Amino acid sequence: MADDASSTSSGKPGEDDRGGGFLSDLFAPVAGFGVSFSTMFRKVATEEYPEKPRPTAPRFHGRHQLNRHPDGLEKCVGCELCAWACPADAILVEGADNDDTPLEQGGKGRFSPGERYGRVYQINYLRCIFCGLCIEACPTRALTMTNFYELADNDRGKLIFTKDQLLAPLQSGMLPPPFPMVDGLEERDYYQGKVTTSTDAQRAYVGARDAAADDESASVHGPGNPGAAVPGEHDVAHAADFTAAQTREGANP
Amino acid sequence: MGLEEKLPSGFLLSTVENLAGYMRKASIWPATFGLACCAIEMMAVGTPDYDIARFGMERFSATPRQADLMIVAGRVSQKMAPVVRQVYDQMPNPKWVISMGVCASSGGMFNNYAIVQGVDHIIPVDIYLPGCPPRPQMLLNAIIELHHQIETSPLGVNREKAARAAEEAALSATPTHQMKGLLA
Repeated sequence: MADDASSTSSGKPGEDDRGGGFLSDLFAPVAGFGVSFSTMFRKVATEEYPEKPRPTAPRFHGRHQLNRHPDGLEKCVGCELCAWACPADAILVEGADNDDTPLEQGGKGRFSPGERYGRVYQINYLRCIFCGLCIEACPTRALTMTNFYELADNDRGKLIFTKDQLLAPLQSGMLPPPFPMVDGLEERDYYQGKVTTSTDAQRAYVGARDAAADDESASVHGPGNPGAAVPGEHDVAHAADFTAAQTREGANP
Repeated sequence: MGLEEKLPSGFLLSTVENLAGYMRKASIWPATFGLACCAIEMMAVGTPDYDIARFGMERFSATPRQADLMIVAGRVSQKMAPVVRQVYDQMPNPKWVISMGVCASSGGMFNNYAIVQGVDHIIPVDIYLPGCPPRPQMLLNAIIELHHQIETSPLGVNREKAARAAEEAALSATPTHQMKGLLA
C-alpha cells in the first residue's frame, strides 16, 4: 500500500493533489493511524449505562402507574376501558362497588370517589407492548406511564404486576384508602380540582380503621406479622429457576 | 461439566463456585440469533453507543458452538421452533438464555396459531425481558441480571441439592389447573 501511494505521486508529478511533499509522503502510510490516535482524545460516545444512564425522552413509554387523587383516593374507577383498548390483552381489571357503610356496621370503605373502583388490577408485562392505548382510553387519567424501564426478571409470574405494585406511592397529605370522600364534596369536585389534601375527618377515619384492623389481627393471628398471608411464593419461584437449570443440564450432556 | 463437579462440598467448592461464577459472568459470548425487530435493538447494543463489550461480550458468535448465551430476539414462529431448539442444543454447556421482548417471552400481542406462546415452551429461559422492542438499556439491564444469576449459581453437589429442592418444591406446589383466583 505504501509503495502504491509513493509510486503514484512520483509517477505523475504535478497532477496528483494528494502528494504534498516529502513529509506528507513519509507519513502517508501511517496517516490512517492518526484517526485512531486522535480518537483517544475525543469524548467517549458510550453511555455508561448501569452507572450513569442517560435520561429517557420525557414521554418515553415505560412502566405504568395508577394515580391517586390529592387526598389519596384512587383515580381508577374500574371501568375496564384500558383492558378493552389493550391490543395484547395484557391488562386485567375487575371492578367492585365502593362501600359507604360505616365501619361499625362492617363497611369495607371507599377506594375511589364515585361508584366503583378497581378491586383487581393486573398488567402482564410479558404481553404489554407499551403502545399507550390504555393511557388514551383511561377516562380519569388514572393510568399513566412512567419512564421506568428496568423490568427484566427470571420468572414469568413476577412480571405480572398487581395493583399494589402499580399504584403510585403516597405523597405528603395522602392517606391509604379505603376512607370516605371529603365531606360535602361529590365525585365531580375531585375532577375539578377542589380537593387539595386529605381532611381531618378522613385522617380520623383512617386512624380508627387501622386501630380496628390491628385489634383484629392481634386477636386472630397473634403477635406474628400479617404479611405472611402468601407463604413460600418466593421460594417456589426460585426453585423453578433451578429446575430450568437442571433441565438444561439434561438436555445436552 | 468439568472438574468443579467432582469437588467435595464445603469450603473448597464454595470458593470455586465464587471464582467460577465471577469468571463466567464476565466472559459470555452471545449467539447471533435475531428473529425479528428486537434484533435491531440487539444490534444497537453492539454499537459503540451502548457497547456490549463493556460486559465481556466482545462479539456476537456466528456459530452456536462458540456461544454461551442465546438472546432470543423476536417472535418464534411454530416453523422456527425446531431451529431454535437445534441452535440451543448445539451450544456447549454451561449456557444461558435471555428471552428478549414480549413476543419471545409470552407471544406478546401475537396470540395466534403461528407464534409459539413463549420460547420457554421449547428451551429453558433464564431471564425474561419485556418491551416491544426493549430499548438497548433494557437488554443491558437483563444482561446484568443474568450476571447476578450466574455469579450465584451453585456447582457440583450444591447444584444437585438445589435442583432436588427445586423439584420437591415444584411437586408440592399447587398445579396451575387447580389454582383459584385471578393469577391462575
